[in-house]
Amino acid sequence: MKTYDAIVVGAGHNGLTNAAYLAKSGLDVLCLEKNDYIGGATVSRNLYKDWYYSNCSYVCSLLRPEIFRDLDLARHGLQVTPYGGGTVFMENGDYLGNYPNAEVHYREYARFSKADADAYERYSADTMRQCRFIRDFLLRTPPDPTSFKPKDLRELAHLGAKFYEMGEQRMYDTIRFWTMSVAEYLDEYFETDVIKAALSGSGIIGTALGIHSPGTAYVLLHHYMGDVDGNMGAWGYARGGMGSVAKAICSAFQSYGGELRTDAGVEQITVSNKKVTGVALTTGEEIKAPIVVSAMDVKRTFLKCMDKNDLDEDFYRRVKNFKIRGSSGKLNIALDGLPTFPALPKGSPLLDGDMHFIDSMERMERAYDDWKEGTWSKDPYVDMVIPTVCDPTMAPPGKHFMSCFVQYCPAQVEGRDWTDEERDQFGQTVIDQISEYSPDFKDLILHCEVRTPREIENEAGLTEGNIFHGELTMDQLMFNRPIPGYAQYRGPVGGLYMCGSSNHPGGGVMAAPGCNAAREILTDLKRPDITPVNFGDD
Amino acid sequence: MTVQEVEQGRYRSPFYPRQAELDRLFQWHDWKGYATADGFYDTDLEYFSIRNSTGVFDLTPMTKYRITGPDSLAFINRLVTRDMSKIKPGRVAYAVWCDDQGQVIDDGTIFHLKKGEYRLCSQERHMAWLRMSAIGMDVTIVDETMDVCGLAVQGPTSFSILKTMGLDGIENLRPFGLTHFDFQGAELMVSRTGFTGDLGYEIWITNDKAIELWDALFDAGKNYGIMAMGTDALEHSRIEAGFIAAYIDFLPADATVRSGRSRSPLELGLEWLVDFKKPNFNGRRALAEEKRSGSTWRLVKLDIEGNKPAHHSYIYANPKTKKEVGFITSAAWSPVCKQNIALGTVRVPHGNVGEKLFVEIYYQREMHWSRVMAEATVVDKPFWDPPRKRATPPGPF
Repeated sequence: MKTYDAIVVGAGHNGLTNAAYLAKSGLDVLCLEKNDYIGGATVSRNLYKDWYYSNCSYVCSLLRPEIFRDLDLARHGLQVTPYGGGTVFMENGDYLGNYPNAEVHYREYARFSKADADAYERYSADTMRQCRFIRDFLLRTPPDPTSFKPKDLRELAHLGAKFYEMGEQRMYDTIRFWTMSVAEYLDEYFETDVIKAALSGSGIIGTALGIHSPGTAYVLLHHYMGDVDGNMGAWGYARGGMGSVAKAICSAFQSYGGELRTDAGVEQITVSNKKVTGVALTTGEEIKAPIVVSAMDVKRTFLKCMDKNDLDEDFYRRVKNFKIRGSSGKLNIALDGLPTFPALPKGSPLLDGDMHFIDSMERMERAYDDWKEGTWSKDPYVDMVIPTVCDPTMAPPGKHFMSCFVQYCPAQVEGRDWTDEERDQFGQTVIDQISEYSPDFKDLILHCEVRTPREIENEAGLTEGNIFHGELTMDQLMFNRPIPGYAQYRGPVGGLYMCGSSNHPGGGVMAAPGCNAAREILTDLKRPDITPVNFGDD
Repeated sequence: MTVQEVEQGRYRSPFYPRQAELDRLFQWHDWKGYATADGFYDTDLEYFSIRNSTGVFDLTPMTKYRITGPDSLAFINRLVTRDMSKIKPGRVAYAVWCDDQGQVIDDGTIFHLKKGEYRLCSQERHMAWLRMSAIGMDVTIVDETMDVCGLAVQGPTSFSILKTMGLDGIENLRPFGLTHFDFQGAELMVSRTGFTGDLGYEIWITNDKAIELWDALFDAGKNYGIMAMGTDALEHSRIEAGFIAAYIDFLPADATVRSGRSRSPLELGLEWLVDFKKPNFNGRRALAEEKRSGSTWRLVKLDIEGNKPAHHSYIYANPKTKKEVGFITSAAWSPVCKQNIALGTVRVPHGNVGEKLFVEIYYQREMHWSRVMAEATVVDKPFWDPPRKRATPPGPF
């Protein structure tokens, strides 16, 4: 039977990126995917007539431009188009617009507070400074602070130098920034409730924390540090839906001679004498390879796909305690036409942006209270986009696809598994909220897919449906991600590597963990490093 | 006698009333006396309309000559370097024309409208040169720049839009083909041409139907992401397509003061447009001599490492000695190719495909200047060349 040089488990964007680099380096690589389609949570699904749903991830910004270019993803069919602006609808009939044009943005904020309109400039600069700091580390392996290996010392020195370069005051700010709540952070700049509510959303997306919970300021940063063609903080749509990202990376992988197998779920990563030997599929088939790379999240990898006896107790315990709590759901909707939002003027460019329906910090926090009670938010934070206002390929002309990301939605309801009825009630909560601001919305719905963490875990394989493969809090970042001592993509047994978003630098469609893990594998194999280096911005 | 003084301000295109309604930026510049928009709402989004849906660019200021008469083919064939006898009625040809020294005066497109009837479109004006070239020939040359207006309709949904507009049979139009339709009693000329390197068309009509045409087009395009675009977006896309522009990548020979600043077609990578097999054409002798003895310059397409556009950079063969072998004429970060791209001109023998050159890029971050020496690889294909550009019939998007 054939033995591969390496097996990558999971054909999401990180698994495929990792596989692509290994194959590009000349290894004989097999990438396995449990579903009969690729992409994991980076997927476009045809679930209703001629509609294609980005039914998990839905917008693109974090994908590393260095990888985009290095793997020639444009030639492999990936195109990311930026979209502008957004709206928060207010209960009093007003709205807050977020306009890409700086002067229009100022004017809109000034409608609520001139001070806030001015403060936005300082807020942007302060946030961008933190982005610049963290961006430098996205394509680097985190140093182990307890190690005295030259590579770790070198990387630690680099980290220190970058930190020191920020200047005394900014160093204090940075430490605070990484630990404070998004609410506290915004309080330092703004006085208007709706403005704070609008900006706070990025601090809680995908996280089982509220806007007042420590650590959420960093989560905001995680949503700002991407870019579309150098426009930091900008977001875009992948043409054809997010599945185009996975398709393009897969096409690159195959162009390097890599082999993909779908419908091939891994039952267990097999180990002998503390070394991996390959994988056993759910069908019973065994495939051999001296290297196995898991693109699954850390809990799924070690708790579900490995024999506990192959792992040490303390390691096992730490994996069990890794925070990967389900906090969000998703509605994917086929629409018969573009819904109208009477609060917005006809022809407003805001109609092309994202939309939100929570206008106060209190409502943001109350939404989290429901999650703590073990149920979905009755007044949820919804991040709603209609990519088809820009993308002609995802629905027939004049028809639309709407994506609603919904926070909060627990992995279990009051400690029990979800029922289908509860799932539908959850969906109805979201539809009702949007209908408050769009009277014709309900009548335009042709098909609606409702996904709670249960559906997301079952289909995409994300434990508890956590979109980041584990929460992005300080205790689970950098050299502590996923767990201390294992932040350099190497697993606890020989030949086992981890390349999913449970690893540095974390979740979002970034492809950095996949690429970083490939670099470590190639280093161990004493092959030349072919992974790209940071473009840098100065 | 009272003389009506010539118009002092910029001309407004017949499409201006509609453009003014859309315009949020108020950024206009002069193009041959016409007010032309840099952009209307957001130049980035306008650029992406070309690559993702459809962008509409006002071509009206293009210089347009109608060339008719028994000797029209002979005249044009003597004027330009390529063999125009191969361009049948219903076809369009990209062409260059040269002075006696084989230096390019301009490039443009020649539409063979009906048998023996041509339209020549170019950025610059050339009546003097055309009249001189026509001495002794039975041709009529009429400047119709002010009578005919045009729109470039460019992008992956452009075919769907024209089809929705009711242009039956448009699916059969091949690249560089042209055809005519009846539009509200007027003749609408449609060609599958453009300056963006994507699927796209150019549509032409007499000025009196301009507003009706605009409205019909934008109405048909409302479900296909149609967007008006200005020169900034077009400029970006033409660099990706690898197209050269007058006064940027070459200078019209007849307007050049210093010697050595003009270029021959061979030096601009347009050798495929020079047909030495056809009877005489202007500049033939000089070009044949250049082909024998070698050119001085060569236009190159460069794929540059990093993400900082190499505007105005020097090109070096060796980054240590910094011996200049040329310079960049057009540069851009390409969002669709995710490449740092540029057009440049280098001294022969440099510029062979695959050669590694170096460019010194200066860039500014928060007032301070920095520079980087980046490797630049000479490539031969256009940076952006999607299959949909050639597909007949084209896809819906």
